[in-house]
Amino acid sequence: MTDYKNLKLIATSSPHIRGNETTRSIMLDVIIALCPALLFACFNFGFRALTVTAVSVIGCVFWEWLYRKLMKKPQSVGDLSAVVTGMLLAFVSPVTIPYWMILVGGFFSIILVKQLFGGIGCNFVNPALAGRAILLASYAGTMTSWIDPISNKAALIGSNADAVTTATPMALLKSGAMESLPSLPNMFVGSIAGSLGEVSAIALLLGGAYLIWRKVINWQTPVAYIATVAVLTFLFPRYGTNVEWMLYNVLGGGLMLGAFFMATDYATSPVTKKGQLIFGVGCGLFTVMIRYFGSYNEGVCYSIMVMNLFVALIDKHTKPARFGVVKSDKKEAAAK
Amino acid sequence: MAQAFFGGVHPHDMKAATNEKAIEQLAPPAEVVIPMSMHFGAPCTPLVKAGDHVKVGQKIGEFRGLGAPIHASVSGKVKVVEPRPYSMGGNMMSVVIENDFQDELSEEVQAPANPDALTVDEMVELVKNAGIVGMGGATFPTHVKISGGIGKVDTVIINGAECEPYITGDHRTMLERPEEIIGGATYLAKMFGVDRVIIGVEDNKQNGIDAMNKVIAEKKAPVVVEALRCRYPQGGEKQLCQAITGKQVPPGGLPSNIGCAVFNINTTCAIYRAITQGMPVVRKIVTVSGSGVVEPKNIECPIGTPVSCLFDACGGLKEGTYKLVMGGPMMGMAQYTADVPVGKGTGAMLAFCENEEQTVAHPQCIRCGKCVAACPMHLEPLFMYQYASRDMLDELNDAHIMDCMECGACAYACPARMHLTHMFKYGKQKLKDKQMAEKAAAEAKKAAEAAKAEKEVAAK
Repeated sequence: MTDYKNLKLIATSSPHIRGNETTRSIMLDVIIALCPALLFACFNFGFRALTVTAVSVIGCVFWEWLYRKLMKKPQSVGDLSAVVTGMLLAFVSPVTIPYWMILVGGFFSIILVKQLFGGIGCNFVNPALAGRAILLASYAGTMTSWIDPISNKAALIGSNADAVTTATPMALLKSGAMESLPSLPNMFVGSIAGSLGEVSAIALLLGGAYLIWRKVINWQTPVAYIATVAVLTFLFPRYGTNVEWMLYNVLGGGLMLGAFFMATDYATSPVTKKGQLIFGVGCGLFTVMIRYFGSYNEGVCYSIMVMNLFVALIDKHTKPARFGVVKSDKKEAAAK
Repeated sequence: MAQAFFGGVHPHDMKAATNEKAIEQLAPPAEVVIPMSMHFGAPCTPLVKAGDHVKVGQKIGEFRGLGAPIHASVSGKVKVVEPRPYSMGGNMMSVVIENDFQDELSEEVQAPANPDALTVDEMVELVKNAGIVGMGGATFPTHVKISGGIGKVDTVIINGAECEPYITGDHRTMLERPEEIIGGATYLAKMFGVDRVIIGVEDNKQNGIDAMNKVIAEKKAPVVVEALRCRYPQGGEKQLCQAITGKQVPPGGLPSNIGCAVFNINTTCAIYRAITQGMPVVRKIVTVSGSGVVEPKNIECPIGTPVSCLFDACGGLKEGTYKLVMGGPMMGMAQYTADVPVGKGTGAMLAFCENEEQTVAHPQCIRCGKCVAACPMHLEPLFMYQYASRDMLDELNDAHIMDCMECGACAYACPARMHLTHMFKYGKQKLKDKQMAEKAAAEAKKAAEAAKAEKEVAAK
């Protein structure tokens, strides 16, 4: 029979069971969700898309490991969040970016934006977007030279040395050169110029749907974001027909990548569903405003970073209604 | 299907291990340890001393103020009256009875001549004398709930949700003793003067619902069974009221504030036994389960049975058992010894030997918001955790931490494995301490001012 006197028991607070989801499993889901877009990038831009992503991931993981090591903090690379940041940073860079440059970007993302503020969950702007913003400000030329996947098809496998560059759809939209735009099916599939992982709307939609199905993200942020951009561009077209203008704006400029993978970043988005709706609408508003009135062609990156700064404010004003307090009670209390 | 409540989680129910096993009677234990606190309120005063002979059902502990009396659960000699380990942690004055295995019934246990002719006051008195408390684990004295609710309550609810994983005692009671449940519910309807009682049952217990419906039809009882969505914490009193009536209990309030009174399945059975047989609470149905138990079972045993006897009846514990939990896995208390006795609120005794806890070395919040979505009390656990861990007591109060019922849904849902519930228990205690200190300081100041004013008057 059991020797009850010599049981080695631990006594901790309830609950004594936990769900199966972990930070690591969530990050793994995000990595899986990014894979269709990565595969398409390899098809569109050549093998270099993969090597750029790999270098970026290795860089980000290395910076995270190094910082935690030097600061004698518990090692955190196992949660895979640095892998996600690395992939996203590569996804918002042109495929022609020099390898050393993406390592610099990773340094900014991981150390400056994430670790110095306390690591995972504590950064106040999206690390990948902030890394890209810093690279864009520092190396504007390199960060805005886009190769044309269609005219470069043959040369793409391997090297991008003599690639033909072209304008992104967003630049063409800005200048009103509607006739030079790629066809809408190409926009949807992604055979267009642009950042490495932003071009294929369908691959990103697939990944986003996977994340919503796995309950990693809520639908509120991406749907509110995309719907806001769609409604505003439909109502106020600059060139072409309403529908045409709206579709180019929705499918181009990294909106899908931003809406599903950047604006939904846990650390930098509101915690309630109501807050996420407001956040999504705000992102959409700023995106359209930057595209219409700003000097940049596309506004996804900056609109999300701006909205990141509103998160604390949104959280403060979207607290769930207190249990047991109905609206009429509140009014009565106010009247008193 | 009844309306739902907001939030909650859906853990694997783990009930398959015991939900088809009939309630077994435990072989009488050689000794029972009956703690003088098995209810919400001040502990009872022992009425017996070492050497006394007691019989089953004899009153051995009397309550003062809020509480319920305590009765001997076996017959025999009182070995000692001394503090012993009990389920809430630490020691509690307990009456230790050496079983003489005679099962002599005390003369104090008298069945009423005609239970159906009793007045409401007589019935409440019977419930009070039987020492009935909320047997779902809250252990609030039932007679107080009834007498306090009469006139205010229009919805009487029997809680058959049994939403905690592993526990199947209520489910088995529905299958094996439906007439006791329905009988008790009928008496409750009489006491409250309502024309129907609602039994809320999670829809994973369909055969239990059917068994009760059969008895209701036979007896034409004023009882309806309502199937509820399977979601933890469906059996939380406030959530159950919300699911059945659509109304929310106000902050700091009780179900009676919205005209509800909630009773557990086994409390209802105890009410039935008290009114028909005059029988006090001396036995309890306990689900013994978990990965560390060789053969999980539902066992009925005398109150005061050391839990080690329950495990022995289930083939003992497996090698590597690291945790004993009294109650369900979501809200139960981890025990540091197997000597603790079964109390009136003990519904389950679990032993774990696998990695159920899944702790990580350095949990860090990733702000995913899953705790906010899981909280049935509409709180924001992630912010409360920050405040509590930094002792920001004013912010904690503003975040309504006192609304937290420690159901553990947030911690269950947390992918970062933060110790949320643990921190809230700490934070609530800190806040209570502070409020007590402030109250004491205010009173002291008032007293000092009064004394000063008196002096001034005297001086004049």
